[in-house]
Amino acid sequence: IVPVAGLCPQGAYGVQDSLRGGFSSVKNELLPSHPLELSEKNFHLNQDKMNLSTLRNIQGLHAPLKLQMEYRAARQIQRLPFLQSSHLALDTLRGSDDVIGFEDILSDPAQSEMMGEPHLMVEYKLGLL
Amino acid sequence: MALSNVLETPASGFNFDNAARNSALEGLFGGGQTPKPLKTGTTIAGVVFKDGVVLGADTRATSSEVVADKQCAKIHYIAPNIYCCGAGTAADTEKTTELLSSNLAIFSLNSGRNPRVVMGVNILQDMLYRYHGQIGANLILGGVDCTGNHLYSVGPYGSVNKVPYLTMGSGDLAALGILEDGFRPDLELEKAKELVRVAIHAGIMSDLGSGNNIDICVITKEGVDYIRPYRESEYRDNRKMKYKYRPGTTPVLTEKVVPLKLEVVQETVQQMDTA
Repeated sequence: IVPVAGLCPQGAYGVQDSLRGGFSSVKNELLPSHPLELSEKNFHLNQDKMNLSTLRNIQGLHAPLKLQMEYRAARQIQRLPFLQSSHLALDTLRGSDDVIGFEDILSDPAQSEMMGEPHLMVEYKLGLL
Repeated sequence: MALSNVLETPASGFNFDNAARNSALEGLFGGGQTPKPLKTGTTIAGVVFKDGVVLGADTRATSSEVVADKQCAKIHYIAPNIYCCGAGTAADTEKTTELLSSNLAIFSLNSGRNPRVVMGVNILQDMLYRYHGQIGANLILGGVDCTGNHLYSVGPYGSVNKVPYLTMGSGDLAALGILEDGFRPDLELEKAKELVRVAIHAGIMSDLGSGNNIDICVITKEGVDYIRPYRESEYRDNRKMKYKYRPGTTPVLTEKVVPLKLEVVQETVQQMDTA
């Protein structure tokens, strides 16, 4: 059981926001509560990193650079944070538009039971919070 | 109601919010009484014969020491030419095989080709390795495609084994003994079915987690024969699901028939417009 750094809240100065997030304990911030928690949170990131670095080694720098530019462009055209976006362009670029995984069935954000307050969500996204 | 502590939409996929709570609760109970998932505690077997593949399974699903389902269907449909037997946690095998079936259906609609068994195995392997064994699914995939008759086993951590005869589940050692003794290359259909039946029977006799009926699924180039049940257990109970009385239970004392007199009052013919 190795302490990892990825679980800390990412607020200003890295301090836990008790008003919104509730009480926290040091243990919860250092140790993952489930062996898969960290690997699942970063799964797509890690897979993309691996694929792009392989691509760079095989085809040179331009190929991953151009792909990443396209990913960034597709990621910017979503709706506002509290609305559902279909991520169609992103899915097509990634090739995940014809694959069904657990992320399409479980915890579908379109059917989430908790709704966020729109003003707060937009402020958080813009970094004004 | 809009909550002020939700600052981002929750990520889709598995949710680990309750993992910390569960581990704290387990400590409270002092090592007992946590709910156990429904396991299939199974004997499943598969054999490659001359014209295809025979898959066999028992039908008992247990929840620690209670038999939860006496008629569990453990042979799952993946594609018209591929079927999969599943052992381990019942929900995991069910959902994993459904996901695999959906993915192969999308592929065959996109490309217009029949899926191959090796594609299913690769998809399963990637999916199960990603979750590092937390998804408890031990699967035997068998099918017939354009490259031949194939039988693969996939373990919960993503290990793959390709052999002509396989068993999995808690009764696998007993069944494997029968298969090791009786398997020959290029068996005939009836001999292969009998061999699988005897293997599952050995698993049922020697393992508490397997029992009740035996299901067999024969996959050949011509099609699939899913025989459920192939052999019923001698100890089945005769409870009927419907309680209907046989005609003749109530004795008839008298009978009077009055024919209804009908007369034609009006007749109109309307032509159907088939233009």
